[in-house]
Amino acid sequence: MRIEWLLALRFLKEGRAQTFFMLGGVTMGVGVIVFLTALITGLQRSIIDKTLGTQAHVVMRMPDDEARRIIKPDSVRTVSANIERRAQRLSSILQWQQVMRELEKRTEVTAVSPLVAGPSFAIRGNATKSVALMGIDQEKYTRIVPMASFMKEGEFRISANDAAVGTDLARELGVTLGDKIRLQTADGRSETITVAGIFDVGIRDLNRRWVFITLRSAQNLLDLVGGVSSIDVTVRELFKAEVIGQQLARQTGLTAESWMKTNAQLMVGLKSQSASSYMIQFFVIISVAFGITSVLVVSVIQKSREVGILRAMGCSRRRIRNIFLLQGGLVGLVGSLLGSGLGTLLVTFFASTAKNPDGTPIFPVVLEPGMFLIAAGVATVTGILAAAAPAVRAAKLDPVVAIRNV
Amino acid sequence: MSDMNNILQLSDVRKVYGNDGITTEVLHGIDLTLQRGEFTALIGPSGSGKSTLLNIIGLLEQPTSGVIRVQGQETGTLADEELTRLRGRSIGFVFQFHHLIPAFTALENVMMPLMLEAGRPTPQQRERATALLTRVGLADRLDFKPAKLSGGQQQRVAIARALAADPPLILADEPTGNLDTAAADEIFKLLYEVNQESGTTFLIITHDPRLAHRCRRVVELVDGRIVG
Repeated sequence: MRIEWLLALRFLKEGRAQTFFMLGGVTMGVGVIVFLTALITGLQRSIIDKTLGTQAHVVMRMPDDEARRIIKPDSVRTVSANIERRAQRLSSILQWQQVMRELEKRTEVTAVSPLVAGPSFAIRGNATKSVALMGIDQEKYTRIVPMASFMKEGEFRISANDAAVGTDLARELGVTLGDKIRLQTADGRSETITVAGIFDVGIRDLNRRWVFITLRSAQNLLDLVGGVSSIDVTVRELFKAEVIGQQLARQTGLTAESWMKTNAQLMVGLKSQSASSYMIQFFVIISVAFGITSVLVVSVIQKSREVGILRAMGCSRRRIRNIFLLQGGLVGLVGSLLGSGLGTLLVTFFASTAKNPDGTPIFPVVLEPGMFLIAAGVATVTGILAAAAPAVRAAKLDPVVAIRNV
Repeated sequence: MSDMNNILQLSDVRKVYGNDGITTEVLHGIDLTLQRGEFTALIGPSGSGKSTLLNIIGLLEQPTSGVIRVQGQETGTLADEELTRLRGRSIGFVFQFHHLIPAFTALENVMMPLMLEAGRPTPQQRERATALLTRVGLADRLDFKPAKLSGGQQQRVAIARALAADPPLILADEPTGNLDTAAADEIFKLLYEVNQESGTTFLIITHDPRLAHRCRRVVELVDGRIVG
């Protein structure tokens, strides 16, 4: 063991009460940071999971139809025109299969799924309900939205006859598994499907409106033969969805709408929550640093005689400085380990006491190894920085004065 | 100038304290040479500048003017780091209040100058420290912390520590100052024996004329001047 380490450890061991208070401060501080981070990460992730459980990260669509000018203004002619907006008909993405292949090639994209979505009526007996047809490729779509996990009855099996509806629609139409529903669109096309599965995605509106059928059935019903209305995309990094979406839009000439834009309010909420959490963490770190500094300043004064003796025996100023920096760093590191343990205990206890009626925790907590590493790193660096002023002071001690002050 | 037998050579060393126009000259041109193996007492009344002189010789303080040579090496031009290294290698200190480091055992205290020189503890250092503590009669106190030792024992540890790096010069500032007569006698005897055995040069500040007269050479400092 190097002599600096030996001296730093021994000084810490000797100044038991001081070391205890410094360690206590760091432990509390890191504990609070771990607790807060785990809780806020958990909460945010659960909110995002709930929001994105039924959404693609990016949805690619054809740009809106726009009215084209026939007479254009030029230098000799002024055109006064009232341009009416065009009604947006359901249009297919051009060469969507090729677009899909291009999207699938990108490394940041994890899943791509075609969708034919449009309005229809679901009719059974006297009941008619307005629904949203969701024509999908089952295998591809379930990679975007894990429908199998939402099933209440039956299974998510979409084929020529089999379809899936939400719990609310099933209740309103009075259907159960195996019952038939007629789907009819505004222009009179219709098809009959059999209910093979009933799902609950946790959002009543969707449970009431979504009807999953095959891509081909939806294409027939919505008069979009061979086409798709949108392409759903999931990306590897959730929070890069907007940036990647814009890149995809430029690449394909389609419009891209990311979940971040669709849920702009949520994003603002998440960001301000993170900001306030960072703020608290920052002030916790500052107060821990002040704690370490003030204890070490006292320790330097108490140890000035030892410092003087060491200097007389040939210990360089740099070495004296390092001894005190090491003490700060060691307190930071050990305190962060204890604090990580404390934070984990607290957050686990908190999560285990606050539970929903179904036994799931109200506050889902996320403890990631990365967070502990960052906490350890930040605490160690904080410890060293906090020790800087006392360490420099110790290094500057005049050995003659230090030795004389018995 | 630098006779190899001259462990220490001071030429016209002056020390002036103070600023803002009010200055006090503590040392007025000291010339002093200590040769290898000398056993010298430095005596003088309080305020005569003994401690200042010892600090300057110990390279803990810089003189205002004058030249100091330690084993022929002129110290005035050395940077702080080099002075520190030279001090660690060439000079051993025995202080009045023994100044051991309380967090370390007697053995570790004796090893300290060696550890500082090598950067880490080694088994050889342990062996040497054990031998030195055995020499000063503390073979059974190796693992005692200073607080568990008597004043005399602590001073013995301090002497062993001063000897650890085998420096050619040992400076002792009132080494028996806070010991009772019997313990003081023993410590003085120990210093003398070490001097005889190893040929280490000793410069001992003392108030005790009885002890001073047992030294082979006595340097008397009065009002910052060597008078005898």
